[in-house]
Amino acid sequence: MIDTSTGPNALELHHLSVAYRVGRRNRAVLRDLSLTIRAGEAYGLVGESGCGKSTVALSVVRYLPRNGVITAGEISLAGHDVMKLDHEALRRMRAESVSMVYQDPGKALNPSIRIGRQLTEIFELRGISGQAAVDRAISMLNRVRISDPVRVMQRYPHQLSGGMQQRVGIAMALANDPTMLILDEPTTGLDATVEAEVLDLIAKLRQELSASILFISHNLAVVSRMCDRVGVLYAGMLVEEGPTEEVFNNPRHPYTVALLRCLPRGGQRKDQIRLDTIPGFLPSPGAQISGCPFADRCALADSRCHNELPLLHDLGGRLSRCHYHERAQDLPRTTPGHIAAAHVAAAPQPVLRIEGLNKTYAAHGHALRAVNDVSLDLMPGQTLGLVGESGSGKTTFARLLLGLVPADGGGTMELDGKTLASKLESRSAEQVKAMQIVFQNPDSALNRSHSIRHIMGRALRTLAGLRGAAQQKRLVELVRSVRLTERHLSVKPRQLSGGLKQRVAIARAFAGDPRIVVCDEPTSALDVSVQAAILNLLADLQTKERVSYIFISHDLAVVRYLSDQIAVLYLGRIMEIGPSERVFSGPHHPYTEALLSAVPKLDETEPSRVRLDGEIPSAINPPSGCVFHTRCPRKIGAICEEQEPPLFESEPGHKIRCHIPFEELARLQRKTDHINEVTA
Amino acid sequence: MTAIDVKQPELPAANANRSPVTEVLISLSRSGSFLTGLVILLFWIVCALFGEHFTPYDPLADDIINALMPPSADNWFGTDQLGRDVFSRVIVGSRDILTVAPLATLLATVAGTTLGLFTGYFRGLVDDIISRILEAFMAIPVVIVALLAIVALGTSKSTVIIVIGLSFAPIIARTVRSAVLSERELDYVAAAQLRRESALHTMFVEILPNVIPPILVETTVRLGYAIFAVATLSFMGFGIQPPSPDWGLSISSNYGMIGGGFWWTVLFDALAIASLVIGVNLVADGVQGALND
Repeated sequence: MIDTSTGPNALELHHLSVAYRVGRRNRAVLRDLSLTIRAGEAYGLVGESGCGKSTVALSVVRYLPRNGVITAGEISLAGHDVMKLDHEALRRMRAESVSMVYQDPGKALNPSIRIGRQLTEIFELRGISGQAAVDRAISMLNRVRISDPVRVMQRYPHQLSGGMQQRVGIAMALANDPTMLILDEPTTGLDATVEAEVLDLIAKLRQELSASILFISHNLAVVSRMCDRVGVLYAGMLVEEGPTEEVFNNPRHPYTVALLRCLPRGGQRKDQIRLDTIPGFLPSPGAQISGCPFADRCALADSRCHNELPLLHDLGGRLSRCHYHERAQDLPRTTPGHIAAAHVAAAPQPVLRIEGLNKTYAAHGHALRAVNDVSLDLMPGQTLGLVGESGSGKTTFARLLLGLVPADGGGTMELDGKTLASKLESRSAEQVKAMQIVFQNPDSALNRSHSIRHIMGRALRTLAGLRGAAQQKRLVELVRSVRLTERHLSVKPRQLSGGLKQRVAIARAFAGDPRIVVCDEPTSALDVSVQAAILNLLADLQTKERVSYIFISHDLAVVRYLSDQIAVLYLGRIMEIGPSERVFSGPHHPYTEALLSAVPKLDETEPSRVRLDGEIPSAINPPSGCVFHTRCPRKIGAICEEQEPPLFESEPGHKIRCHIPFEELARLQRKTDHINEVTA
Repeated sequence: MTAIDVKQPELPAANANRSPVTEVLISLSRSGSFLTGLVILLFWIVCALFGEHFTPYDPLADDIINALMPPSADNWFGTDQLGRDVFSRVIVGSRDILTVAPLATLLATVAGTTLGLFTGYFRGLVDDIISRILEAFMAIPVVIVALLAIVALGTSKSTVIIVIGLSFAPIIARTVRSAVLSERELDYVAAAQLRRESALHTMFVEILPNVIPPILVETTVRLGYAIFAVATLSFMGFGIQPPSPDWGLSISSNYGMIGGGFWWTVLFDALAIASLVIGVNLVADGVQGALND
């Protein structure tokens, strides 16, 4: 075992350059990267997609794809030069001293082998067999807080939930008692509540283990919670490095400053402020970079930045690759900080009124209640945010509204006072064009065979009834309104970046002057800088077009930025609904409370207190009484198990479905103090 | 307040601008099996189109005195029982097979694609009924269907085209159906429904362009089988009628003589069929590789 005080550094990268060979050319992805992870340290690597984070991880274990080559530099793991290892030594290193946890645990586990077998195999490789290996596997599962390890050992990966799979993934990574643990976006595919649990687990394990950690994530808040030091990667270069707290509180590189500013936080709202964005794009892999890689996107850049690569300036325990690091904080905002709120008196009549909406699916002979007795109103020009874990019925609800799936009989929907049929075919042409959607994944939402002109032209023709010259005129207007140019019309979706594709999808939704646009996680597939631009666009379009949004997202800060009303769904039921600020500031439903405290925050001093155990129950067999009682941290007794609480209006417009009286909730939640700030 | 100009989003670099078609063509041009197959295929196409201009003899001219001569300098592949030059007959023998087989494959592709789009798009009852019928159809060997059809419709090239085309359609339909089923789950189909596009528009304008790659692969593979099927039918005496020079026909009228040592009357026609099928399969292999990259 390495002595943590005097032993060699856990990982050292010296001037590492890695390239991918594409079409007979080497395209540089890592450029002269040097970093050091000390023994027992947790080091976070952040940056947008495409900046080379995963390539670092793969280089360390020499597991680059076949076209990946290390063109220069050294990698030293606990004092051993990884580059010089022969096949056998490399195998031993991977088996004994490094472990990796991957983003998608469902793909990292072998789907056709039971969990127990996959775990014991690791011990057998190390010469422990039979019952001893089984015992070790069970103790490993205990270690990652799996409460019933013997049963989990009997299962196949697909029988476990995502959170459980990732625990098993972590258990497997820890089984060889590694000195270096690499976590590559370990919580990215998980719900916020599950993410919080997994992060808690990793934090606890850190105290028990001696392993050093390389933690790769695009999520700044997660890294800030988990890591001692952080490195910011841009275009394969380290642009800033330092102790986590210092880097995030007092960033000294314009890129870090810009990244932090793109995040909606501190209760920022669409009617007060536009989010800051990072203009332009990341240099593509292999691009020739003569000066600072960030110069093209940096408002501070001058001719020196374009021509001369800045050194990594040592600022006393921290590094910044910027000529003007002392001015980084002065980076001008790309959007006006404050906007004049164009407050129009809310129309008294809701644009959409829903009463008692239900949807039941038949699943394996059982009835699955995906949406259960949902009633709500949506005002013109306002946004209703829908939040809840996956499986809470958000997307089904959106599809019911749009008529893509028919609702059960009994409920009513009204659009502008007129009954809205549950089947799309029975709706009037007016009603069809009045409700459109922006999907989560633009790659799936835009037909990859058609040009942007075709996609938009078709929408204008069918939804707005425009043809010929009128269509062309409106097409150009529409494209400009989402800040694209006519040049983008002739290309196919695959030639555009994710953010540009999502703009096209938004423009298409607005083709028929809709009254309501459903946004189903429209930014979750995008990087934060692009996310900010899309949120700004949605906010601007709403002000201009007086359109209402139904905004679905798992990211509470994003929902908060855009929403006027929030509905919290759990197992298809509304647990809480009310004005956005009321729901966030509380008192709130215990479930909302748990969701809020699950979100990692950038300036969190101590981990939040409220945690949910386990996963959302199956909608086929929902719990009796209050459906949330199985996980509720504030359960008061038998009444929760026996009676379903009503959705009680506790303040004007703010309804909570809980047996605990409103005043009592207020008192309880004040005691566990200020978790009301999502990202203060 | 300081606010800098936000740059217009730029189009990405030129390399990403290559259209998918260009990329497939580049990848094909690098594929050895595709190029080899293409050379073989082009050779037979040239023979079919212009063969009669460069054959040493008239493929139809009898010369009973020189019947069943073994290969020699005068007759490279020997002569058959009527004294016709085998080499000349092999060269022009590709003509009928190269019209009938592609047309049959085209028919199979059009019918199969349409059926596949309908079953995959509508799913449910439509799918159940059509798919069961197609499966029943696939269970009957092509030759049996062909014999029945030829008896009913009479022997002609169009009968052969229809018979082979319709027997291959269910196989193509099955491939297209599975591709359509996964396309149908994508959100652009939901977006089309939210514009209330007709089912025909959604199937043929929205979905069809995205399922072209698997259709192309299946079509080239089927072409190989179609050539084989045409040759089989003419060997059995259905389809192309004498005295047209045709490989299958020629084998069938001469194979009785192999026992007498007159191997050349059969071997070269057989090799011709084999080379054409191999050529088409190499092309299919290359296309598949290029499209699946």
